[in-house]
Amino acid sequence: MWLINSSIGKKVLMSVTGMALILFLTFHACMNVVALIDGDAYNMVCEFLGTNWYALVGTAALAALAVVHILYAVILTLENRKARGNNRYAVTAKPEKVEWASQNMFVLGVIVILGLFLHLYNFWFNMMFAELVGMEGMFAPTDGYAFIQQTFSCPVTAVLYLIWLAALWFHLSHGFWSSLQTLGLSGKTWFCRWKLIGIIWVSVVIILFAVVVLAFALCPDCAGSYC
Amino acid sequence: MEKIISFTLKYWKQNGPKDKGHFEQREMKDITGDTSFLEMLDILNEQLIEEGKEPFVFDHDCREGICGMCSLYINGTPHGKTEQGATTCQLYMRRFNDGDVITVEPWRSAAFPVIKDCMVDRTAFDKIIQAGGYTSIRTGQAQDANAILIPKTDADEAMDCATCIGCGACVAACKNGSAMLFVSSKVSQLALLPQGRVEAAKRAKAMVAKMDELGFGNCTNTRACEAVCPKNETIANVARLNREFISAKLAD
Repeated sequence: MWLINSSIGKKVLMSVTGMALILFLTFHACMNVVALIDGDAYNMVCEFLGTNWYALVGTAALAALAVVHILYAVILTLENRKARGNNRYAVTAKPEKVEWASQNMFVLGVIVILGLFLHLYNFWFNMMFAELVGMEGMFAPTDGYAFIQQTFSCPVTAVLYLIWLAALWFHLSHGFWSSLQTLGLSGKTWFCRWKLIGIIWVSVVIILFAVVVLAFALCPDCAGSYC
Repeated sequence: MEKIISFTLKYWKQNGPKDKGHFEQREMKDITGDTSFLEMLDILNEQLIEEGKEPFVFDHDCREGICGMCSLYINGTPHGKTEQGATTCQLYMRRFNDGDVITVEPWRSAAFPVIKDCMVDRTAFDKIIQAGGYTSIRTGQAQDANAILIPKTDADEAMDCATCIGCGACVAACKNGSAMLFVSSKVSQLALLPQGRVEAAKRAKAMVAKMDELGFGNCTNTRACEAVCPKNETIANVARLNREFISAKLAD
């Protein structure tokens, strides 16, 4: 099976799962913005997703995508370290066109995973998981708005989320065009285009996430009452 | 007035692939600016031989930038890249300054074991070419130049890809030890032309399989390879190879 045996196949798995996760993040960011506009509307979204079968299937699919992406990141990194050999250069000069993010994707990925655990604990555990197992919490499992208010009222959590988002931006700024390059959908002309589209896309998504964090961290009462 | 410099040269000594290796150091005095880097190393070796010491081993052949034999990681960059499109043999001492410390290391990659000092075994590249970097078509006698029509842009691009001299700088600079820029250039130079197109799918599969088998790493698109390539090959070639390989596998 070329997808798991060949170097390009393994990269295709990284690329396709990565792109799917970027699409999910885009959807997630759009959903979050609702919380800025109206708390009840946001809770409607939470209720709509809740523990319905399609939300559960979607969550399972997302988890599968993330697992494949992380698993192959580890496999590729280990293979690459072996290919690189044990001897390191005494002097290295980083060429200008080599972006920092491109050489630190694994480290950035680890930060993203750590942030993900925090995020799952803050929200998913108290919402979808609580509803599934019938766990009694401080708020109703579908009261997503209350969870946002509570989570970002803690400045440390808000700062951790912003660091997480910064790492995610760097990870995706390379990942976006890199995934298209891996699928062969790039070239002399499209390389610059994908890079620009990627930076804009990823920046918009991360800004949408960050705005929600900042709004609730700085002004928990005014967020959600803009309309 | 001609530039004359004195500097400290740190060069790598290693007795074979299993040896740990170490740096040796020498003060090089009054080297003229129009001395090429390899000529400077010749001067070093003359001094070492006169002193009854073992000369420093490094690869070289044509000394005019076309054979791909010279290697050397100079001051942290393959071919000591101080200008676009130049190999170590085309590097001149006028690019350095009086009092500099110049560090010379071999290509460091698991697929290129050190033979001695800064000479590494790049047979792996030959094996990749043997796996599919050719056309097996019976060409018959020479045909008219316009018997097969090839657009100028295609011919130019194929020629650009073919200028890859297989020196291995891409592998040396890659943090993953990936040979994708080399393999993609060699796949591209044939895939872009009608004569090579016929076997393009088979070639891409065979060369990538051999590349993987020989222990080269996986490309993560850092672009370090194209930044140091002495022949200015670009990662557009890598995208083309990905395209060729994926479509070949999907057509199986």
